[in-house]
Amino acid sequence: MIGVLQFPGTNCDMDVIRVLREAIKTETRPVFFKDSNLEDLDGLVIPGGFSYGDHLRAGAIAAKMPIMSQVKKMAREGKPILGICNGFQILCDAGLLPGALAKNIGLKFVCKWVDLRVENNDNVFMRFYKRGEVIRMPIAHGEGRYVCDEKTLREMERRDMITLRYAGENPNGSMENIAGVANEEGNVMGLMPHPERASEGILGGEDGKRIFESMVRCISLK
Amino acid sequence: MKPISLSLTREEVRRVRSLLGREPNKTEWAIIDVMWSEHASYKSSREYLKLFPTEGKDVVLGVGDDCGIVGFDERYAIAIAMESHNHPSAIEPVAGAATGVGGIVRDILSKGARPIACLDPLRLGDIYRDERSKYLFENIVKGIADYGNCIGVPTVGGDAEFDKSFNKNPLVNVVGVGLVERDKIIRGVASNVGDTLLLVGSKTGRDGIHGVTFASEELKSENEEESRPAVQIEDPLSEKLLIDALMEVYETGAVSGCKDLGGGGFVCATSEMVSKGGKGALIDIGKVHLREEGMEPWEILVSETQERMMLAVKRGREEEVEKILDKWGVQHARVGVVIEERRYIVKHNGRIVVDLPVEIITNPPTIHRRYKEGKRKEPEKPKIQDYEGFLMGMLADPNIASKRWIYEQYDHEVQTRTVIKPGMDAAVLKISDREGIALGIGCNSKHCRMDPVMGARGAVAEAVRNVTAVGGRAIAAVDCLNFGNPEKPEAFWKFKVSVEGIAEGLKAFGIPVVSGNVSFYNEADGTPIAPSPIVAVLGRVRLERIMTMGLREKGESIVVIGDTREEMGMAPVVDFERERAVDDLILELNDIGSITACHDLSKGGLAVGLAKMAFVGGKGFDVDIGSMPEKITVSEKLFSESSGRFVVTSAEAERVVERARGRGVSAQIIGEVGGKELSYGPFSVDLKEAEEVWERGLRDLLV
Repeated sequence: MIGVLQFPGTNCDMDVIRVLREAIKTETRPVFFKDSNLEDLDGLVIPGGFSYGDHLRAGAIAAKMPIMSQVKKMAREGKPILGICNGFQILCDAGLLPGALAKNIGLKFVCKWVDLRVENNDNVFMRFYKRGEVIRMPIAHGEGRYVCDEKTLREMERRDMITLRYAGENPNGSMENIAGVANEEGNVMGLMPHPERASEGILGGEDGKRIFESMVRCISLK
Repeated sequence: MKPISLSLTREEVRRVRSLLGREPNKTEWAIIDVMWSEHASYKSSREYLKLFPTEGKDVVLGVGDDCGIVGFDERYAIAIAMESHNHPSAIEPVAGAATGVGGIVRDILSKGARPIACLDPLRLGDIYRDERSKYLFENIVKGIADYGNCIGVPTVGGDAEFDKSFNKNPLVNVVGVGLVERDKIIRGVASNVGDTLLLVGSKTGRDGIHGVTFASEELKSENEEESRPAVQIEDPLSEKLLIDALMEVYETGAVSGCKDLGGGGFVCATSEMVSKGGKGALIDIGKVHLREEGMEPWEILVSETQERMMLAVKRGREEEVEKILDKWGVQHARVGVVIEERRYIVKHNGRIVVDLPVEIITNPPTIHRRYKEGKRKEPEKPKIQDYEGFLMGMLADPNIASKRWIYEQYDHEVQTRTVIKPGMDAAVLKISDREGIALGIGCNSKHCRMDPVMGARGAVAEAVRNVTAVGGRAIAAVDCLNFGNPEKPEAFWKFKVSVEGIAEGLKAFGIPVVSGNVSFYNEADGTPIAPSPIVAVLGRVRLERIMTMGLREKGESIVVIGDTREEMGMAPVVDFERERAVDDLILELNDIGSITACHDLSKGGLAVGLAKMAFVGGKGFDVDIGSMPEKITVSEKLFSESSGRFVVTSAEAERVVERARGRGVSAQIIGEVGGKELSYGPFSVDLKEAEEVWERGLRDLLV
């Protein structure tokens, strides 16, 4: 069972649920932020949106909610946790991933399809991609500029924690073109692009679908 | 004597007194003032709006409610509505534009539908020369983006035109679209005596008081600061929670009626609900949850605080509803009940402060405005020496240049339905596995200024063509009619002939209007805007048969469909019979699979239309404009904006020509796809160079 976390203001939850249920055909349930029991879950997706209206800073309030202690417990148990867009911001703010997402360098919200290069396929979410492969997914964010300190960056590179980089134009000014990062164990990943919006050919492409397929495959192998 | 600070005319004041048989008190005057305003009552426009066709086999809920509903398949129907938020956006562009989105989304939501898309037609001032216009433009787009993105409703289309007549009075129109199961439609009606009126959403404050009366007067520069309190404040997170909470509330079946609190606020929503139900209301205004202390009853009744809805809840099921609202953190208050007697009674601290017949509130007298025929402008024919330079100038013109700067700020992908994205002829949203909807917009404000009659006819024709161009069959329309001061006979004439033209067009195409809005008083310091009757058309489309405008395969033939006439620099003549024949032809050609790319021609004519097809497809073309059979100049062939035309590409062009002949439509093969040049015959330009000019035209003015 995969859970899809809903905070007040989350707005990509239904899209992720639809992909997991219909395209990946896996059991999925919404997880309301007041839910107290996540024991039945094998994995979790924190989808995009504007949790708490992006007040203070995108993801800042959601990251402090009580349910996050259970999310951290899942992470410690090695269960896959995927943060997309606002979910990535929340994972960083909660300390589950290094770095932070700052306002886009252009100061404007940007919604467009971008090219991404797969930097690392050795984790729960990326095993169906080839290293170096260029894929396409849409982004849609106002605060997606990945930043971290120099030491963290070198550490991430050394431990192969950067999973995706913008391959063409850098749409938001992210450091080293970073679009997605994982923890060292490879079971927690965050990315700014929306794989659920790239899971059906008629909507523009299917390159994102493999992230969910990979996640589900890894769960079933356990 | 006229009571102070009322916008009613002396005649209307007399009318109120005689209908009521007594002097209304202060609170009652405040209610009537708002409900009899132009914006809330359509008192000047309603006798003409009757000309619109409103019936059709697909119409599930027609004009008169907050939005129209059109049948889609056995299970689902599409809700659609259109509104303006012009005056607020002229004063506070971010808040004004944002609350426009919020309002239309609640109109959709109030009918039980999940909002699935917005489209925003904009008319802005001369951003080349006028700094204020630039400021308004940037912030209007920001307002739409901040709000729409946050609530998770994709902004999938719209249009934008720039003209100095909009410098001080920009137009911000918005189309809302929703999806509803046919058996879950809720109406804006409270007809069960004893049902509870439950106010849901944000605490009521003093913002937006007199919003509708403010929208029913001309803008004056010196009044700008004092008008600010009439602008509402936006809170998209509250709206998002309203959407999530109400979608869950509707599942209970405990809601018997619902209406958004928009223009006219509390009193408008409640009085219209009970009026439509043939009932009355007993309100306890002291129960309303307030944001600030010391608000008087009249302020609470007419405040336009955003993110509020009025539910009629079946008696005895209130707690069921309230529990769900609590789960989402949405506030609520039981503020009244539906009563048998058709009176609108408001209590405050146990004292009756309003007691009016419902009819007086909701049925203001129609005003018969005088009109006087205006002059049509002479054509403005440019003398073109240098075709290439002229084309490049057009591509760089913000009216024609790429609108990427706008739509990339909108989340147009959320809800994963957007098959054809912004920047094309029409947006296409996936509804079921096999079918979707197409949404097209039409209105060339410059044409409307030159000739209101042909301009309005062109608005319908263009909206339908846009839907046709993606393979959609038009099934319904909504409109937003933006005009100047209706008290001026020439301005009112423009409105009158526009309605007549649109009505004729809709009848010819066989599509009903299901919802709409009229926005008068779009004048600043006495200068009226270019009349802008903006029409949005909803179409049905089979997903496997969608057409796009990008050129595809080298060697495919390029065919111009329809006649090109000497109509450069003027509003083209629109003949609906011919329009329909051309639209039907395109749909037939699409059905038999003869078309590989399709684009309707509008601004900038054939030259610009071909160029855009090349930019989108990333492929050049080689055509000979001279081979067109029309006996007109090369300039006209290139740039005439004649209506009723498409460019298609095909691998079986002879078949296209033959089918066209069968329908009495002209079709001319003028060349083929391929290369890295836009080659028109008399001249050619480099594809990349032209594309760069087109991409930068708008963007470079702003960053």
